[in-house]
Amino acid sequence: MPKVKVDGIEIEVPAGATVLQAAELAGKEIPRFCYHERLSIAGNCRMCLVEVKPGPPKPQASCALPAADGQEIRTDSEMVKKAREGVMEFLLINHPLDCPICDQGGECDLQDQSVAYGRGGSRYHEHKRAVTEKYMGPLIKTTMTRCIHCTRCVRFSEEVAGVDEIGALYRGESMQITTYLEKAAHHEMSANVIDLCPVGALTSRPYAFEARPWELKKTLGIDVSDATGANIRIDSRGREVLRALPRNNDDVNEEWISDKARYQVDGLTKRRLDKPYLRRDGKLVQATWNEAFAAIATLNPGNSIAAVAGDMVDCETMFAAKALVGALGSTLLEGRQTGMDYDTSSLAAVNFNTTLNGIETADAILIVGSMVRWEAPTVNVRLRKAVKRGAKVFLIGPEWETTFGGEFLGDDLSALGNLPGHVADALSGAKRPAVILGGAALGRGGLEAALALSAQFNLVRTLEDGSAWNGFNVLHMAASRMGGLMLGYAQKGGIADLVAAKPKVLISLGADEVDYAKFAGSMIVYIGHHGDKAAHAADVVLPASAYTEKAGTYVNTEGRVQFADKAVFAPGDAREDWTILRALADAFGVSVGFDSFDALRGAMIASVPALGTEGLADYGSALPAGGGSVSGQVAYPIKDFYMTNSVARASETMQRCSAELLHGVDFAEAAE
Amino acid sequence: MADRYIEPDTPELRARWGNFAWTEANAAKAKEVVARYPEGRQRSAVMPLLDLAQRQVGAELNTQGWLPIPVMEFLAEYLSMPVIRVVEVASFYTMYNIAPIGRFHVQVCGTTPCMLRGSDDIIAACKSRGMKKGHITGDGMWSFTEVECMGNCASAPMVQINDDNYEDLTAERMDAVLDALARGESPKAGTQDPARHTVEPVGEPTNLAAMVSANHDYRSEW
Repeated sequence: MPKVKVDGIEIEVPAGATVLQAAELAGKEIPRFCYHERLSIAGNCRMCLVEVKPGPPKPQASCALPAADGQEIRTDSEMVKKAREGVMEFLLINHPLDCPICDQGGECDLQDQSVAYGRGGSRYHEHKRAVTEKYMGPLIKTTMTRCIHCTRCVRFSEEVAGVDEIGALYRGESMQITTYLEKAAHHEMSANVIDLCPVGALTSRPYAFEARPWELKKTLGIDVSDATGANIRIDSRGREVLRALPRNNDDVNEEWISDKARYQVDGLTKRRLDKPYLRRDGKLVQATWNEAFAAIATLNPGNSIAAVAGDMVDCETMFAAKALVGALGSTLLEGRQTGMDYDTSSLAAVNFNTTLNGIETADAILIVGSMVRWEAPTVNVRLRKAVKRGAKVFLIGPEWETTFGGEFLGDDLSALGNLPGHVADALSGAKRPAVILGGAALGRGGLEAALALSAQFNLVRTLEDGSAWNGFNVLHMAASRMGGLMLGYAQKGGIADLVAAKPKVLISLGADEVDYAKFAGSMIVYIGHHGDKAAHAADVVLPASAYTEKAGTYVNTEGRVQFADKAVFAPGDAREDWTILRALADAFGVSVGFDSFDALRGAMIASVPALGTEGLADYGSALPAGGGSVSGQVAYPIKDFYMTNSVARASETMQRCSAELLHGVDFAEAAE
Repeated sequence: MADRYIEPDTPELRARWGNFAWTEANAAKAKEVVARYPEGRQRSAVMPLLDLAQRQVGAELNTQGWLPIPVMEFLAEYLSMPVIRVVEVASFYTMYNIAPIGRFHVQVCGTTPCMLRGSDDIIAACKSRGMKKGHITGDGMWSFTEVECMGNCASAPMVQINDDNYEDLTAERMDAVLDALARGESPKAGTQDPARHTVEPVGEPTNLAAMVSANHDYRSEW
């Protein structure tokens, strides 16, 4: 561990640290543009120059210089100050002075750093370089004249996303960043380059000219577009959510989010249910809350009531519905809308046990029936990291374009019981073997067969360093799934049990994927936020809140309990879900035991204590034995990445992404 | 250099070059080039292969050759690497032509030594024949580029035409070279000064004159 002196402060830094990292450890701020913790080191912006002794008598790029024992680093000398001013002046030579009309203004690294480290004015009187705009798809707006050639976007798409399509053409002053032939960036993480861009060259197209960062209220939220529970920051102004940005969480989403998580938010203002509706003579007509409650209460269902939870609901809503259904004497709860009926007696068997972070360290991975790229884009990034570290990946299922290589073993689940020799060898020889079971395999009854595999390859083990390793993973697709399972939203026979029970009233908590034709005899009470599939089938529509409009607890696919805050109010007459369920209890004349959100949360935590603690819930490591055989072709449940939930389906941005990126519709660029 | 642009990807371009493939001789050569690099590092061969592809295109068009987009895509496929990485390399180095080129690519050096020795006259001689930057003359004969130092300062001014250098030029000598090329002859490459063989001193040596016949120790005179 080298010992270095930064501005006279002596500190010990980890081996392999750079001078820049050493300076940060000493609490010194080093300005930078091209350096980024999660990308390779480029060293081309030169903003991080510091003075280092021993070494050549000139400033050195600290991001690319290893910290060595006995180094004396100065970040406050005259030489450093002049070097920074010089670099900044060079960077600004070709950078337009258009901050007032630039969307990056207010959150621009170049702006901030030129204030902090630049000189007052420029001595440059020549013409500035101009670069034509590049088309990068429906999400990324480009103003390439502003580009300072840090190449963060190039490195991101090559290293993290694994889709090499952004590059730097030409050279020197004429260098231009572009996608190949100006095609749209074609992957699920593409918009992360907007966050990475330190200037206003790549900005958000849907958010263009919408707001300034300082007008926005920032709320900490959890993304519900997939089951990874990416940490997001919801930026809102007034009653409208303007954008969602990733928050740094190394255990969950690092600092990336998928394009869907980022851009489905414009769907929050479209197709919203903002009034209660009642079905009269086959047609949904507007009603008042009282009329709606009266219509449900007069049915007097007794214990003939059931609840089905949608993919995006929070634990509080599910618990409130459970309390209501329970107070009426029923236990008919289900969250697996599409009819999956895997065994949920052991939650460890349906959990992502390696943790999202841990899968990076696996050295042999068998993916069964999961198109990870669409089902959990941030996990796909982890898999790519694992492969870069040397992991071997095998996949069972129809072939898709992986970003990490991997070998496809056919699309029939029977391969699970009959692994080819080299795959079995790789798994049994691995120190940290892992299996990832996706929704396509779960739905086909692959869970038992995969559990048998886990026993065969001893996936649960103690590693050489004494830590525990559980390589059995289930990758869910619904943000509400693990929370729902913890709250008992699972019947033995899946949703078929609810159909068989023929409940008089079916409460649908934003459940849009259910086949409601099977519930023809039930009164369907839809408590949700979008006029999507379920609202069309509903008899009573009670307008509720979307994920940005209520505080809530979410449990992601690895069993991580996370809390989200409320960013904005729901539109119109819509209410928070739990208040609707509480009022329903009054209508039915039963008591659910809570009158406030805090009391609800308290009751929920009393019932399931793990939901009260942020972090991984402990499901134990014992896996059921499993067994049995499974066969049949795998069919991935997601047919369109951009259209997987009601918010995304309402979002114009997602509709355009789907049309342009997946269905090849050509959108002519409007002339400017 | 700002006037270097990739030839746009059009249906005509695809129709013309879409089925580009190595000739038999070049296929063998390409294989040999790739074999120079370790297994799995085949993309290191991108630069020699870009040159090979450019020459093959050149042989077909009877020019120095250039690299149409479909040819770069063919190379990317051949080396199993992303196309954008091939395009990056091809657009970075000026010796790869990324737009069509005339029968003769005249690259005139305009850097200081050549300029002092009269490269402006050479450029004027070119321009009088209708050559201009980033443009092929109407007869398809000439492309013109002004380049930076090509390392022939001792025989400045110089031009490079396709693979040959022509040095010690004057406007008249340049005209003679261009006329000869236009007639389909191959003028002698190298210095155009009849009194000169290569880059030996013109007339008597002026520097290190004492060294001409025997070794001489200058150190005492410093």
